[in-house]
Amino acid sequence: MLIIKNLHTSVNGKKVLNGLDLQIHAGEVHAIMGPNGSGKSTLSAVLVGNPAYKITEGEIFFEGQNLLSFLPEERSYLGIFLSFQYPIELPGVSMVNFMRTAINEHRRYKGEKPLTSVDFLKKIKKTQSIVQLGEDLINRSVNEGFSGGEKKRNEIFQMAMFSPKLSILDETDSGLDIDALRIVADGINKLKSTNNAIIIITHYKRLLDYICPDLVHILYNGRIIKTGDLSLALELEKKGYDWLKL
Amino acid sequence: MKRYIDLFREKKIIIDRFCNPLLNFFRKKAFENFQKFLFCYNSKDYNNTHITAFLGIGKMEFEELLKVKIDPHIVFCCGIPYLNSYIQHFVLNGYCLSYKIKKYEQKKSFNFFSGSLNKFAEQYPNVFLKYYNKQSDFKGDILSAFNTMFIQDGYVLYIPKNVIVEDPIQLNSMISWNVNLLVNKRILIILEERAQAKLFVCDHTINNESFFSFVQVVEIYLEKQAVFDFYELEKNTKKTIRLTQSFVSQMDGSKLTTSTITLNNFITQNKYIVDLNSECAESNIHGLTIIDEKQKIDNFVVINHNAPKCSSNSIHKYVLDDESVGSFSGKITVANNACKTKAYQSNRNILSSDTCQMYSNPQLEINVDNVDCSHGASTGYLDELALFYMRSRGIPNNDANYLLKLAFISDILKEIKMKELKNQLQLLVNKYFKKKLTKC
Repeated sequence: MLIIKNLHTSVNGKKVLNGLDLQIHAGEVHAIMGPNGSGKSTLSAVLVGNPAYKITEGEIFFEGQNLLSFLPEERSYLGIFLSFQYPIELPGVSMVNFMRTAINEHRRYKGEKPLTSVDFLKKIKKTQSIVQLGEDLINRSVNEGFSGGEKKRNEIFQMAMFSPKLSILDETDSGLDIDALRIVADGINKLKSTNNAIIIITHYKRLLDYICPDLVHILYNGRIIKTGDLSLALELEKKGYDWLKL
Repeated sequence: MKRYIDLFREKKIIIDRFCNPLLNFFRKKAFENFQKFLFCYNSKDYNNTHITAFLGIGKMEFEELLKVKIDPHIVFCCGIPYLNSYIQHFVLNGYCLSYKIKKYEQKKSFNFFSGSLNKFAEQYPNVFLKYYNKQSDFKGDILSAFNTMFIQDGYVLYIPKNVIVEDPIQLNSMISWNVNLLVNKRILIILEERAQAKLFVCDHTINNESFFSFVQVVEIYLEKQAVFDFYELEKNTKKTIRLTQSFVSQMDGSKLTTSTITLNNFITQNKYIVDLNSECAESNIHGLTIIDEKQKIDNFVVINHNAPKCSSNSIHKYVLDDESVGSFSGKITVANNACKTKAYQSNRNILSSDTCQMYSNPQLEINVDNVDCSHGASTGYLDELALFYMRSRGIPNNDANYLLKLAFISDILKEIKMKELKNQLQLLVNKYFKKKLTKC
């Protein structure tokens, strides 16, 4: 599904990724761990086409297509979704308007007719239950005044609305209490299938207790330096990152 | 400007001939003031436009304009068909048009006055003398003196004591002429004790070929506990210069909400001077400007808190594109007896191009303790992160821009209490952002 070859990037002139290689197949869950500044969030930003990040070398293929030639919105249509580490507040833009515009753009890309108001509201109602997002939140401005947990649940709600092929969850577990973590993890598990893949970027093993990854990668200085199974995450939790620096 | 001294001397007899003597009574002093101002004119209030230069663009007409006979209901169809107006009035080139009123209007019994300045002077001479030109003379400058000198007619809304007019009143104020024209417009609004009304003024210039400029003076008097909602929409051609001075006087517990929306113009200057003269008066002054190409606007808002426990809220938002220029200058003064004042002033601006310009100058002058006041301004581009967030969800860049701009101005539109007007303005603004602005 996703092939990243020798990826080098820079942001504001500073090199962040230094020859990153990664392959993900449909149905897989990959966890990416690593110390602060190792390039985890940069990788997620690059995958969804954040214009602030410059690719200096390397290639990314998504389902056989050169991903780097697509605009951020087109990548969304292809089926790539990023759950933001810090979801952005959009004061004055209602969740309903935001989601409806986005969903209909997706449908337009696929050559489908826009959803009617009734069908759209039905879809919202059905999806809300997955992450237990309050009904009133959908009538408010996007993320404005949401608590940390609500923002993260809103990201997973959007993920459920789009049914993406590749979801990147950038520190979705950070700032969540135990109950909220369980709700978010349950939501993600419900959306998991053999047709889609998930990249979980995290500092901690606790989310991986709920969503079992097929592979755990350690990103360090802009490269994946070690890959293993869940036991690697356990080892990191015990030893930290220092032992890898050797 | 000096040529208007000669013009006034030359045309005074003709001007007077068509007007009520009470209206003519104020010309002499205005003429004296005009001459005085010529030598001590202070243009510091405005950051960008030197207003006196614009008066020379069009020619003034005094007799010809009066000869226009039309039925405005046929000629000018308003694009707000669902506006449940109690009454619609039409001002053409500054003159309040008389026409056969619509059948449903005839059924209503009018317990207030809405119509021509000359007729008002005739029917209510005492009220006219009590209010007309009182603020303009006292707070005005060279433009208001100019207006009072030459004005021949205008519009008056007079709501007597305890009268509540539930339905909104609409005033279509138009300019149409075959050649360049300079026009004077006048609006006088008087709400006596506990009176309530809503007025929507729609400014249109109709001929795309000619340059028009107009000088408008608006005087608003709100007596004790009067409540007035005043909305103005400027949708002129891009060859129109609007120079407006609005003077507001508010007494105990009165409440004013005003929104001025500028969409189409060449150069606009809106000056508001609001005086909160007695306790617990409230004033909400809102402005929304969405301009592009080489359009230019100056808004200058002065709110004087002259009595304790009054509150004011001034919000002005601009969305500028292309090579447009915006300017906001605001001043709140709190007098030394005006304790427990609440005063907020905000000016927020979005620049949609690298070539547009915004000048902002919010000021606050507090002369007493125990007040709650704040002021602030911000100018910048649309938030790149917000744009990217929306694009990452599949919303194309242009649509994301559009949604963010709509969101930015939404709080100004939210304050409009006339639902039909709010919906129509929302549609107009939507069209504007999508660059399809046509007739409203």
